[in-house]
Amino acid sequence: MSIERRLLIEQGGAGHRGPELPACDVPTRPLAELLPGVKLRGELRFPQVSEPEVVRHFIELSTLNHHVDRGFYPLGSCTMKYNPKINDELSGLPGFAKAHPLAGDAATQGCLRVMAAVQRVLADVTGFDAVTTQPAAGAHGELTGLLLIRAWHRSRGEGEKRRKVIVPDSAHGTNPASVSLCGWETVVIPSGEHATVSLEALDKVLDGSTAAVMLTVPNTLGLFEPQVLEVTRRAHAAGAQVYLDGANLNALVGLVRPGDLGFDVMHINVHKTFSTPHGGGGPGAGPVAVKEHLVPFLPAPVAVTRKDGSIRLDWERPQSIGRVHSFNGNFGILVRALAYILTLGPAGLRGVSRAAILNANYLMRRLARTYELPHPDPCMHEFVLSGRGLKKYGVKTLDVAKRLLDFGVHAPTVYFPLIVEEALMIEPTETETFDRLDHFASALEKIAAEARENPDILHEAPHDTPVSRLDEGRAARELKLRWGVP
Amino acid sequence: MSFVGLTRDEEQRMLREIGVASFEELLAAIPKQVLLERPPDLPGPLTEIELRRLLGRWSAENHAQDAVSFQGGGIYDHWIPAAVDALAGRSEFVTAYTPYQAEVAQGTLTAIFEFQSLIAELTGCDVANASMYDGATAMVEGALLARAQTGRKRVVVAGLVHPHYVGVLRTYLDDANVTQVADAAGLAAPADVTAALGPDVACVIYQQPNFFGLLEDPAALNGAAHGAGALAVAVCDPIALALIEPPGRAAADGSRGADLVVGEAQSLGNPMSFGGPLLGFFAAHQSLLRRMPGRLAAETVDKQGRRGFVLTLQTREQHIRREKATSNICTNQGLMALRATIHMGLLGREGMREVAELCVQKSHYAAELARRIPGYRLAHATPFFREFVLECPVEARGVVEAGLEFGVRPGINLGRFRPAWKDLLLVAVTEQRNAEEIARWAAALEKAGGAR
Repeated sequence: MSIERRLLIEQGGAGHRGPELPACDVPTRPLAELLPGVKLRGELRFPQVSEPEVVRHFIELSTLNHHVDRGFYPLGSCTMKYNPKINDELSGLPGFAKAHPLAGDAATQGCLRVMAAVQRVLADVTGFDAVTTQPAAGAHGELTGLLLIRAWHRSRGEGEKRRKVIVPDSAHGTNPASVSLCGWETVVIPSGEHATVSLEALDKVLDGSTAAVMLTVPNTLGLFEPQVLEVTRRAHAAGAQVYLDGANLNALVGLVRPGDLGFDVMHINVHKTFSTPHGGGGPGAGPVAVKEHLVPFLPAPVAVTRKDGSIRLDWERPQSIGRVHSFNGNFGILVRALAYILTLGPAGLRGVSRAAILNANYLMRRLARTYELPHPDPCMHEFVLSGRGLKKYGVKTLDVAKRLLDFGVHAPTVYFPLIVEEALMIEPTETETFDRLDHFASALEKIAAEARENPDILHEAPHDTPVSRLDEGRAARELKLRWGVP
Repeated sequence: MSFVGLTRDEEQRMLREIGVASFEELLAAIPKQVLLERPPDLPGPLTEIELRRLLGRWSAENHAQDAVSFQGGGIYDHWIPAAVDALAGRSEFVTAYTPYQAEVAQGTLTAIFEFQSLIAELTGCDVANASMYDGATAMVEGALLARAQTGRKRVVVAGLVHPHYVGVLRTYLDDANVTQVADAAGLAAPADVTAALGPDVACVIYQQPNFFGLLEDPAALNGAAHGAGALAVAVCDPIALALIEPPGRAAADGSRGADLVVGEAQSLGNPMSFGGPLLGFFAAHQSLLRRMPGRLAAETVDKQGRRGFVLTLQTREQHIRREKATSNICTNQGLMALRATIHMGLLGREGMREVAELCVQKSHYAAELARRIPGYRLAHATPFFREFVLECPVEARGVVEAGLEFGVRPGINLGRFRPAWKDLLLVAVTEQRNAEEIARWAAALEKAGGAR
């Protein structure tokens, strides 16, 4: 394999083209007459490639990806579960795919039914009173949730006073980033000795200037917060609101309703818990669920069911924070999430968290014989190992991750959470089988043996992937972010 | 139905291996009073057969598949070549995660790099990112970047920018920081924009073509912004950019183009899908690179010196920089960006321009037809691209309803945005519409007008 793979712009050339457009069947006039005074561009330096070659190009690219349908993908906090095929089919039904968001309620009753159903089932699963489907992703949902909290404080005349948000040091990076976007300040509290929230640390910073406390439950180490009821109680006593980062909802679904834990608002990553595909980085969807007191502030519009069973979009929401999306959020993704929930039903959903927890605990116990397990309590849907025991062989967690790729599995999330040295964060999900888990554990065990006996094989890894280890430093120095046009 | 990978026997074996007697022992940290005794009351379970029937029925209630669309307002019925679905529907793309392990994600990363390249070329900018959620949030991120870059707070919106986009901007920024300068005869008025500027203004935002489909004069608006030390943010339609001079490019006299060119790229290979998932794009002048939001793919080499691609400048992003990140975005619209990349690859240099020209020809033909129908009038006299506003002899709502009988969706009733616009119909005519459909549309207009 000595010939370099070519980019689209390096293929074809003048005279080649893709599928044709029909001839114009209405009378035409010169552009200069139709668009007087408008400056037209010179040549658009786009590729000129035939359809068969474009197809080959993207098929070839596709073969270079690892993906859930090919193999295990134990990325912690990402919930890489199986994505049922029927969901994709249903979201692509012409009645949905060709629906225009401004066609009016009467012409889009089918879409509005989906929206209303999604609002209802997500509220029921999470134990909240209402849901907005507008946010397009988890971080978007976080910002929306914080804006709802801000609107609530403002409505009580405390908007200026409360500008601080308390976030544990194990939180996802989106939490503090969303706080900044909201114009507030993040105060990080250190985790206690069991890597969960320390009430002592919380009390030190919780006061009348606190707007919100943001928690992830289970936290990013996969541990349920044993003091969660006390945290939400104390936060409320201080006049603050409590936000739940719903990234780890897969551990709770059907088992615990976050609304019962005292949270005021949460976002739901449907691309995690509710099986919608990750698409190589998106799209996801990040609906936000709220308790009654925050309902007036939800983004407009909200789907409302009339007495006759028809559904309308309610725009008359004077206290609303406003819109957060061009239209109604990632509708096509919500169709998939609804189809998934309907497929599983109540018992099926409960089975999700049960198997996710079992799989994670089994894998954790088995791997604890080979890798350090800093927090040995039973985990929920994921757990965190440390690769620091391999440092004496000159091997880093990054080397372990790269070597795993040679075994046909994806690497876990590495170097996160930040509070575990050389972290390997592993989330198997419920859709994996016993023998898949064993295969993965064997690979990690073999890699640990290699680290002792032949560390170079790790340093040089990966060996069996489409490219070997890539030079990230060079990428950042040269910053070549677009192709050169030949 | 369940997709769980364990049998009951395997569960028991697992519990033994874990060293607990029951599953409940694993839940010791959860307060007993919040553990549900039975799952929440939800519909289901449904089999595939039942699910197809239910959602099939719901989807048919939209009557969308058999109606010919003249609707626009930010979402358009453009041609999507068959190969887009065939390629972008592959598991290898659909079920992959964000390309954090580059060695097993070269498919996704190469496609992102190609997307960035195509968008940069289209917009006339130096660099583009891997995507944003949609046009509205791409525009807001542009305003946020401008605020960070200039240290100024206020944002001026010039003329007819999509009302939903302005709505999202107000949600993010607070009303006090947003100044809207009214249009004059449908276009942004550079003199009024200049009058609204001041040392506290971070950027001027305009839309090209604007919400009414009219073509603005970017040079005048860029100049107004730059004259006041503010950035110029152009919200553009990617189909139009295949034909008109891209606002990101410097003018012939050397004056700076728009600093940021952002917008909605649903029309590049993505279905309308009730307005989501969409595809925001974000392109910038080189000097703003390190303040850009979102993911960026860059070219590099592997240990053997072979070309490959990785995510780069991640120190801008939330997972590294946390509260100091340039944006909170993590998950983006990757698969939509892949669809757009395939779409642009298939249409290529000639196809992109042909689509744009067909939009111009067919929309002008339709406008001319409508103008001859008694009672209808073109609301504006200046050049438009694919979309135009008709003043109707009746409320636009009535025209929309009349379309049903003719199997067309005649346009968007602008009255839904402002009561004063109740007689205005926003009409979009894409390359997909043919003479027969346009004639049917005109017949619907005629009937609606005559029913007065």
